[in-house]
Amino acid sequence: MIALGILLVLVLLLVVFGLLFRLQILTSIFSGSLTREIGMSNRVNAILMIIFMVVGGGAFAWSFIDNYDKMNPPIASIHGYAVENMFWTTMIILGVAFALTHLMLFIFSYRYQHKEGRRAFFFSHNNKIEIIWTLIPAIVMASLVFAGWKEWTKITGPAPKDSIVLEIMGKQFNWLVRYPGRDQKLGVVNYRLIDATNEFGFDLNDNNAMDDFTVNEIHVPKGHPVLLKIRSRDVLHGVYMPNFRVQMYAVPGMPTKFWFTPTKTTDEMRAQLGNPKFNYELACSQVCGRGHFAMKATIVVDEPDDYVAWFAQQKSFAEQNPDVLASFKQKSDKLVKDKAADAAAVLTQTTKASL
Amino acid sequence: MAANIPTNAPVHGTPTVPHVEHDEHLHHDEHHEQSFLTKYIFSQDHKVIAKQFLITGIFWAIMGGALSSLFRLQLGWPESTMSWLTPVLGKWVEAGKLNPEFYLALVTMHGTIMVFFVLTAGLSGTFSNFLIPLQVGARDMASGFMNMLSYWFFFISSIIMFSSIFIETGPASAGWTIYPPLSALPQAIPGSGAGMTLWLVSMALFIISQLLGGVNYITTVINLRTRGMSMGKLPLTIWSFFLTAILGLLAFPVLFSAALLLIFDRSFGTSFFLSDIYIAGQALNNTGGSPILFQHLFWFLGHPEVYIVIMPAMGMVSEILATNSRKPIFGYRAMIGSLIGISLLSFVVWAHHMFVTGMNPFLGSVFMFLTLIIAVPSGVKVFNWLATLWRGNIRFTTAMLFSIGFVSLFISGGLTGIILGNAALDIQMHNTYFVVAHFHLVMGSSAFFGLFAGVYHWFPKMFGRMLDEKLGYVHFWLTFIGVYLVFMPMHYVGIAGFPRRYYAWTGFDSFSQFADLNKFISAAAIFAFIGQFIFIFNFFYSIWRGRRATENPWNSNTLEWTTPVIPGHGNWPGAIPAVHRWPYDYSKPGAEKDFIPQNVPYSQTQSSNLPNERETAE
Repeated sequence: MIALGILLVLVLLLVVFGLLFRLQILTSIFSGSLTREIGMSNRVNAILMIIFMVVGGGAFAWSFIDNYDKMNPPIASIHGYAVENMFWTTMIILGVAFALTHLMLFIFSYRYQHKEGRRAFFFSHNNKIEIIWTLIPAIVMASLVFAGWKEWTKITGPAPKDSIVLEIMGKQFNWLVRYPGRDQKLGVVNYRLIDATNEFGFDLNDNNAMDDFTVNEIHVPKGHPVLLKIRSRDVLHGVYMPNFRVQMYAVPGMPTKFWFTPTKTTDEMRAQLGNPKFNYELACSQVCGRGHFAMKATIVVDEPDDYVAWFAQQKSFAEQNPDVLASFKQKSDKLVKDKAADAAAVLTQTTKASL
Repeated sequence: MAANIPTNAPVHGTPTVPHVEHDEHLHHDEHHEQSFLTKYIFSQDHKVIAKQFLITGIFWAIMGGALSSLFRLQLGWPESTMSWLTPVLGKWVEAGKLNPEFYLALVTMHGTIMVFFVLTAGLSGTFSNFLIPLQVGARDMASGFMNMLSYWFFFISSIIMFSSIFIETGPASAGWTIYPPLSALPQAIPGSGAGMTLWLVSMALFIISQLLGGVNYITTVINLRTRGMSMGKLPLTIWSFFLTAILGLLAFPVLFSAALLLIFDRSFGTSFFLSDIYIAGQALNNTGGSPILFQHLFWFLGHPEVYIVIMPAMGMVSEILATNSRKPIFGYRAMIGSLIGISLLSFVVWAHHMFVTGMNPFLGSVFMFLTLIIAVPSGVKVFNWLATLWRGNIRFTTAMLFSIGFVSLFISGGLTGIILGNAALDIQMHNTYFVVAHFHLVMGSSAFFGLFAGVYHWFPKMFGRMLDEKLGYVHFWLTFIGVYLVFMPMHYVGIAGFPRRYYAWTGFDSFSQFADLNKFISAAAIFAFIGQFIFIFNFFYSIWRGRRATENPWNSNTLEWTTPVIPGHGNWPGAIPAVHRWPYDYSKPGAEKDFIPQNVPYSQTQSSNLPNERETAE
């Protein structure tokens, strides 16, 4: 019933609109404005251009300033500050170009609106100014490229040797995190070994994997470089941590990495923002399916001492899942036997062949 | 097609500049009756095919806009119920909420439809078809038959893509960039089942349509120019269509190969893009493939594609700005040079879409360098447009308003490209709404404005009637304001890091602070979408009941305005006019009127000839 009512109103509105349109055409025929080549509307549009520039420009400036505080995620990494600086420096350069070109666009539109009896200036080209306005952007671009390239090589360069290493693996639709344990070596994993308990696909035949542990919440120490090793076990995901200015895809079959140095603990950030509920968040930035928008993890930045204490508390995956460990023992025993049998078979074959 | 036209060799003066061999002897056949079917449906006339592309494009644009309104409803009011949409969406509304997978399907189809079906086929298809023969002075395209095939391949492709929206498992949902493995595995998202298959089939047909069209455009521009129409006298529209067609011809086959390999991975068990995958409780056998390879192939098309979208708009805007400023386009040669520069560079910047995909950082440096170079020719174009307005005598036709709007949007969107092309800054901005805002301004809205400008400008030649100017003004101002209201605030959300393709932002503290802004953007988007129906009304009303047009309503110089009000099959009833001058002799000092059409020889304009033109006149 309501739908019918809405439909009726819409139809009536359309009819009214149609009638008004007819009326407008008839009056303009009557007033002869259709025969005039350039009428009043030319002037109206020219004025609207100026109004648009002033009101639109003002509204843009106001809303930008109004939202400025909200739009900068508080920074908590060393390269984050450098990137942030470069971002706003570039934005200022762009802002100047934006303002100048738009001033010209709208003021020219207004200033050079049609006037009876005036003739446009026949001005087909001028090599000198064309060279100038090719070179100036080229120089500005070159300096932006150079600054960007320097920062980019610094950020993507090799991680310091003493970095804390941890691995993030994306899956539909959450993040799995593992640490290398006391030996500081991440053990071998194999996607074919994944099941409901062994979500990472740990290969517990590898000694390095024995003390690896998994956690739900990422912990990193303040002031220490952290190397993220990133993998995915199903589709593409994106590790995105806006506060640290970190982003890197998680690609199935191709491990990726990103390193950064956190500069503020979670507690410090909470105090700074006056928000006791603040947490560093990790979001998925590459569309991965139904739960893409909810693929969230939390990162806790600790004081180095707290981090060490936290690290010491963690129990390895093998320790927590003795049955998985046991099944690996069994399988590997069997494998050894099979291999021995295979080797024997090969041996007999080769002996036969050599005969 | 040429064979059935009676020859009637008219000799029109003595050829002063014998240039290319062309079908001067062909004569227009008005008496040759055609059935409805061959005249309007399976037509080989480039003008009818152009209209077919335009109307199909309009259909798709409404579709694409409607889809975006749906997902903007979700983003603006994530908490409210959607059950009132159940009559339209059926099972995709679950307990009053939009299904998140269907949300992704909406986003995917919106992107696919807008980029390929509206702004590639609808824009290039319409205006390359309509304007190339008319502006170079040809009876029709080089091959009318291939041209017809181009449209019908597009039509079948459209039908398939449209039908995919209604299937049980939903249309493709992996984003318009269809990155595997998500697009390869139906276990990952239902849209990657039959929906994705239809997407790939449709896109393969679409590519065939593009290639058939592109070969025709290129051949026509090279071979069928009229007497005197050297490459240096072509209107900028033709230059842009010509280069666009070349880009399409070189880039689209690469997408075809990517689609083909993806079809193999999906259906025949190969591992081009798949490796080490455990999904739905099962480890897949695929190893050794690379999802990044797909991205390289995709963006090798994908980046030239954005120039395929924007260059025709640039060409038309150049033409319209010059005509309505009553001034020559400033720096004609620089405009051609920058188009060529953009075309070349567009092939070597694709990996700036992939800075943070795990690609070697050194490659990132190279692509950052090449990407920021492309800003230079784009900048030259903007300055030249501004210089064209300077000291003009501007008539604000609706087409002119949209052209000025185009320049504004192109600047606003283009500038943020400098941020995104900088790899170090892209770390933070990649896949956020900053990117969405950037490309919707610079290629989405700008190209749309180019399309509107073109329709308003060439409508009289298409249908012999004028579009209503007043409605045009209302349409322009609503759209111009609407577009800025949508996309300017979107930058703020993006700088704050809100990732794109998110069904809701409520789960994250960092992003949920923009609830009001998201509501505002949604309202503005729906408002701007509804505003487009003014245009739809104006368009269809004016086809039948608009004010009758004259031959050359805008006092323009190019050849299409020398044809009758409604050009018939063959375009000129008599001989094809010869061309003597460039297309931008507006307000030439000493000339009688403020425009001198291209077909007027210098001998008739002694008073306005420049020193170097005097010799040609003798």
